[in-house]
Amino acid sequence: MRFSHVIGLFSAAVMSVALAGNAAAQSKTVKIGGIFPMSGNAASIGVHVKQAFDVALDIINNPHPELGDFPLAKNGGLAGLGGAKVEIVYADNQGSPATGQNQALRLITEEKVAALTGAYQSGITLTASAIAEKYNIPFVNGESVAPNLTERGFKWFFRVTPIATDFARVYYDFLNDMKAAGAKTDNIAILHDNTEYGASVANTITTAFKEKGIAIALDVAYATNATDVQSQVLQLKEKKPDVVIVISYTSDAILLAKTMQALDYKPPMLLADDAGYSDPSFIKAVGKISQGTFNRSSFSVGPAGSPTAIIAKMYKDKSGDDMDDTVARQMQALFVLCEAIDRAGSTEPAKIQAALKATDLKPDQIMMGYKGVKFDDKGQNILASGLIIQLQDGENYLSVWPKASAEKTPIMPYKGW
Amino acid sequence: MTFTLVQVIVGGLLLGAVYALFSSGLTLVWGMMNVVNFAHGDFVMLGMYVAFVVYTLLGGGPLIGAPLATLLLATLGVIVYFALIRDIMKGPMLAQILGTFGLALLLRYSVFWWFGANFLSLPENLVGGTFDIFGIRLQASRLLAGVVALLVTLGLHLLLTRTTLGSRMLAVAEDATAAQLMGIRPDSMQAIAWAIAAGATGLAGALIATFFYIVPTVGETLGIVAFVTVSLGGFGSVPGALVAGLLIGVIESLSGYLIGAVYKDIVVYTLFLGFLWFRPQGLMGKT
Repeated sequence: MRFSHVIGLFSAAVMSVALAGNAAAQSKTVKIGGIFPMSGNAASIGVHVKQAFDVALDIINNPHPELGDFPLAKNGGLAGLGGAKVEIVYADNQGSPATGQNQALRLITEEKVAALTGAYQSGITLTASAIAEKYNIPFVNGESVAPNLTERGFKWFFRVTPIATDFARVYYDFLNDMKAAGAKTDNIAILHDNTEYGASVANTITTAFKEKGIAIALDVAYATNATDVQSQVLQLKEKKPDVVIVISYTSDAILLAKTMQALDYKPPMLLADDAGYSDPSFIKAVGKISQGTFNRSSFSVGPAGSPTAIIAKMYKDKSGDDMDDTVARQMQALFVLCEAIDRAGSTEPAKIQAALKATDLKPDQIMMGYKGVKFDDKGQNILASGLIIQLQDGENYLSVWPKASAEKTPIMPYKGW
Repeated sequence: MTFTLVQVIVGGLLLGAVYALFSSGLTLVWGMMNVVNFAHGDFVMLGMYVAFVVYTLLGGGPLIGAPLATLLLATLGVIVYFALIRDIMKGPMLAQILGTFGLALLLRYSVFWWFGANFLSLPENLVGGTFDIFGIRLQASRLLAGVVALLVTLGLHLLLTRTTLGSRMLAVAEDATAAQLMGIRPDSMQAIAWAIAAGATGLAGALIATFFYIVPTVGETLGIVAFVTVSLGGFGSVPGALVAGLLIGVIESLSGYLIGAVYKDIVVYTLFLGFLWFRPQGLMGKT
């Protein structure tokens, strides 16, 4: 009896100390929820984003004078909140829209996060941000490109990345320039999965091209996480399009590259829409048999000593992988969110929302190749832009278009292996 | 057109042989012991990682990787039987489902933790590239998997129908108590069945790794097809799984090419359900 009393008192004491410690810590930290695929078929994305956020938190929470005037780098923590540290509470979306939604709810109601970021797959960003909207919590997205995300009349959703409509324009201009340079680009095929991302991007490109008077000759849809893509490749091989635009996640992209080699199919031009083709593990697995792949990106490392180059190196040291476009856009979103919280000087959601609306970052204040960050009424960054990169040596993407920011000239036709 | 169609059918047959190969282990366990092994896909995944480790450490191809994967997975099969299956077989069906499902997650996330979530791949020319026969492309790695699928099926079929060991295993499957009275030890028979099933699954994984990507969640992608193949072929029928695998492969390829890849699963599963409507025991299962 007495013993159990002692135990009871002891645990009460431990708990109150823990709680007090927690409360003290809470006043000095800003909690942000990060919803990403940590398991399931897109888990490699979640692993990389965690490493990127570790680098971002290091930059935000510790002094980094070498980054110059890069926002939040100079001093430790958020100056606007008396040097408060930023902490990320991660949640696994398991590649499922329903799970993403539940996790958003948990982060908001139980973890009491000040804001949310994520959730990689457009279909999951769709459901998770709806919860944030309902609870009046800011949701800053860095990487989901399905156009409809910012067409829902949401007041708490902000998207930093360029979207499918921007990229459709980039593709159109790029193909026009390639045509002027002598490449055949009349007969275009789109190969895409049937997820929210694949279907909506394919649809956006088709519509945008139609407005310019170009019909997409062949549209091949398939179910994601395919066990086999032979029939798709054979369909393309038979129809012989000049350009194949591929919209797919990593697993299907790898299988596609392997199958194209097995069936000896090389389109004159392969233009990939980021996603799987930007995953470092895609390049490691099948980069050598995918040479000449064009891809879109908004990230280029920049000259040595520039903030982008320093951040890219910090990331490489941390993860062992080169910084890719997807992870860079996710990191940029976190910086944009933290810069707004810093300016708001508060973790109150309404004040963060107001600060996000007033965001006006210049090109030298961001790590992406955007013209800046400024949100319209729908929450879309109107200064986002993109460029075309090419996998020329099978190991690294190099920027090839537009000319102003090109490191190399585009090589035609698609080389493959 | 006709050339492409032949290529589609050949591709479907090779795909189907692979389906048959990784289903044979499942049909043995499911049909003979009435245990649904939800960790089956993850056994395939382990076989793939064995092949990957063999390649990165020793530079060896499937000639070393496949036997090693067979051996390691067979050992794992015995361990799993004694540590888990033997006990949960006595429980309700739900215990089996949850038990093997838990095992699946344990295996998947152990590999995840050890190897990371990155997609891995073996070099494309590890098994002699691709043959071109009158314009029809035959991938050596898939051909090898197909041939091994035939051999494994034949071997398992002969084992079950022509050997004393096979008869004993079947006797245990039929009535464990009666078999025990005849001097057969159910425990050892079932442990052997698990060893053979897991070994065949590991072999399948090591061969599939030569043309598929390797990732901890790959068992999820491949697992469903295995269950469909086994139920279409008939529970416990090893030749049935082969025929079913080939059938599914060809139907999938043809419908993907002729109707559209996004519809192929609809075609396959509609036919599958329709077939089970008329013949619930599957192609070669006993009533």
